[in-house]
Amino acid sequence: MANLSFKIIEGTRSAGQSIFAHGFRSFLTTLGIIIGVASVIAVVSVVQGFSASISQQFDGMGTNVINIEPYTPRKARLQGVTAKISYDDFLEIKHQVKGISNVTPTVRVFGPNAVAAYRGQSTSTMVIGTASTYQKLYTVYPDFGRFFNLSDDKSRRRVAVLGPSIINKLDIKGDPIGQHLSVSGEWFKVIGIAEKRGKLFGFDQDDFILLPYSTTRALLGGAEEPNISISLQVDDMNNISQVKQHIKNLLRRNHKLAKDAADDFKIATADQMLDTFNQIIGSTTVVLGGIVGISLLVGGIGIMNIMLVSVTERTREIGIQKALGATRFDILLQFLIEAVFLCLLGGLIGLLLGFGAGSLISVATDLPPAAVPMWAVLLSFGFSAGIGLLFGIIPAAKAANLDPIDALRYE
Amino acid sequence: MSSQKTVIELRDIAKHYMMGSEGFYALNQIDLDIHLNDYIAIVGSSGSGKSTLMNLLGCLDYPSDGEYRLKGTNVATLDENSLADIRNREIGFIFQNFNLLPRASALQNVMQPLVYRGMPLAERKKRALDALTMVGLKDRVGHVPNQLSGGQRQRVAIARALVTKPAILLADEPTGNLDSSTTIEIMALFDQLHRDGQTLIIVTHEQEIADRCRRVITLRDGRLIDDFMNPLSEEQEGANG
Ligand SMILES: Nc1ncnc2c1ncn2[C@@H]1O[C@H](COP(=O)(O)OP(=O)(O)OP(=O)(O)O)[C@@H](O)[C@H]1O
Ligand SMILES: [Mg+2]
Repeated sequence: MANLSFKIIEGTRSAGQSIFAHGFRSFLTTLGIIIGVASVIAVVSVVQGFSASISQQFDGMGTNVINIEPYTPRKARLQGVTAKISYDDFLEIKHQVKGISNVTPTVRVFGPNAVAAYRGQSTSTMVIGTASTYQKLYTVYPDFGRFFNLSDDKSRRRVAVLGPSIINKLDIKGDPIGQHLSVSGEWFKVIGIAEKRGKLFGFDQDDFILLPYSTTRALLGGAEEPNISISLQVDDMNNISQVKQHIKNLLRRNHKLAKDAADDFKIATADQMLDTFNQIIGSTTVVLGGIVGISLLVGGIGIMNIMLVSVTERTREIGIQKALGATRFDILLQFLIEAVFLCLLGGLIGLLLGFGAGSLISVATDLPPAAVPMWAVLLSFGFSAGIGLLFGIIPAAKAANLDPIDALRYE
Repeated sequence: MSSQKTVIELRDIAKHYMMGSEGFYALNQIDLDIHLNDYIAIVGSSGSGKSTLMNLLGCLDYPSDGEYRLKGTNVATLDENSLADIRNREIGFIFQNFNLLPRASALQNVMQPLVYRGMPLAERKKRALDALTMVGLKDRVGHVPNQLSGGQRQRVAIARALVTKPAILLADEPTGNLDSSTTIEIMALFDQLHRDGQTLIIVTHEQEIADRCRRVITLRDGRLIDDFMNPLSEEQEGANG
């Protein structure tokens, strides 16, 4: 064993020498590996950064949060029916289901392009009607001012909490708290500015206006009752499935669903959403990894090709080494180490390039910062070394099996 | 006053080559004993089989027939690794075209055979420097071959062959690519080695070189036609005087 480690050290020494003696050619040789590893790392770093930030957002939301949304089954949709969750559903859940808190209705009002205006500036934004419990449920703390409270909701006050982007979009100068702006032609007083959350996939998470739920109901007046979704918090995580079952029974009864009819709503936990999301990220990584694996394979074939040329080129040298007493194993090891060394070097350069590219991509596309997990680093190095071994073995064996006299006579 | 201890025994050695459909013998019916501290010149016209014989002796090639015993061991019975070990420990080979490793410095070239016997770097370096000093190249250790003259390259090759303290030194036309004054220097070095007890076999075309050796072997068409002790050899005179 001591002998082998000695040979490996010596082999590395001479491999380094011959790699750096042909610097440019070594670089070209390993280019396939460089590109392969760089693309793995770029892709993985972007995906991982993205997934880390999503997980963080889910964390903020809490794993004990349940979302209830209307869902129209396919069959019903064909019959022109649209599923609905009503305010009555909300009230029933709030008062009948035990072990839950912060039951919050949310409703999208004034359509997808609601218009907000302020002193001649106007912009379209997302307007949501919700209850004061929204703040606790989603831990949205206002940077300035306050969130609306129970009494705002009860007395249908015309107050609004703005996402920080609205300030810029409407060009609100000075202290926004206490100023008035119009939302779809109705006046609201600004009482709070939510904290900044930033962009995700180019989507501005700070472009919204929150209004008290009852205020929006009053504004809609006699129009058709809006379709809401309900979020709530389960007090004890262990009860989560009972709570879900209870809600399910309650809604089915309320909606008068026949025994064999499908649910016209969906109950989802943050956990479930996170799971689904992680599955998507996982399979994306695997697919991309496969594509990149193929490119690494091509890189490996490039290495083998040049190593074969190099063995032919150095035939005489190999003959000399054998005349000096090198065994087959010495020569085999020398060329194998050279191939692995070359691949690892390519892997290292690829790692740096890939991380650089990943960071660049995430900056350019407003994605969360790129992150290279340790497993990706180890995997790329392992893979590079493996490619070196796999594709180095044929040239190395060819070199090792040369007959000393034939090698020495080689012109 | 050298002892008659036998280092090499060749018995009925032949080397046969197939050329197309016809075969021919590059060496045939060679019987030869080489003793400790022998100083041998192998002469013969071009194509007579001198290099072929040297390559067999150096275990770089193998005979098609006959028996080669090195220090009593039948070489034909040895596997690849043992042959490598013999090339490393028992034989120092010097080529007409030097055969230095092109990218390695003089020092690295001389250290190289010691790598194959697992010698640590510090000791390798010390031994290689000693060998280079002996051939008078102490101040050229960092030069790579193409920064050295032909004579200097051959000295590096000699240092490399000697650094392992081999049982026999084989030199195939060592001065073939060198001018006459460099040739004289190299031969003086060989004379010195012989006086120090080294066994040497030198292939040469040059009469002056053959004259310096104690024993001259002549090949013709692959056969050993003459093997005589040289009465004119300076060495012989030195021993008598
Ligand atoms: N690999 C080979 N295949 C076929 N024939 C060969 C081979 N090697 C040598 N020979 C032949 O064997 C004969 C002896 O060659 P060798 O190289 O031993 O001659 P030499 O005495 O060293 O000649 P020189 O003085 O010119 O170096 C030559 O006729 C040569 O053509
Ligand atoms: Mg010859």
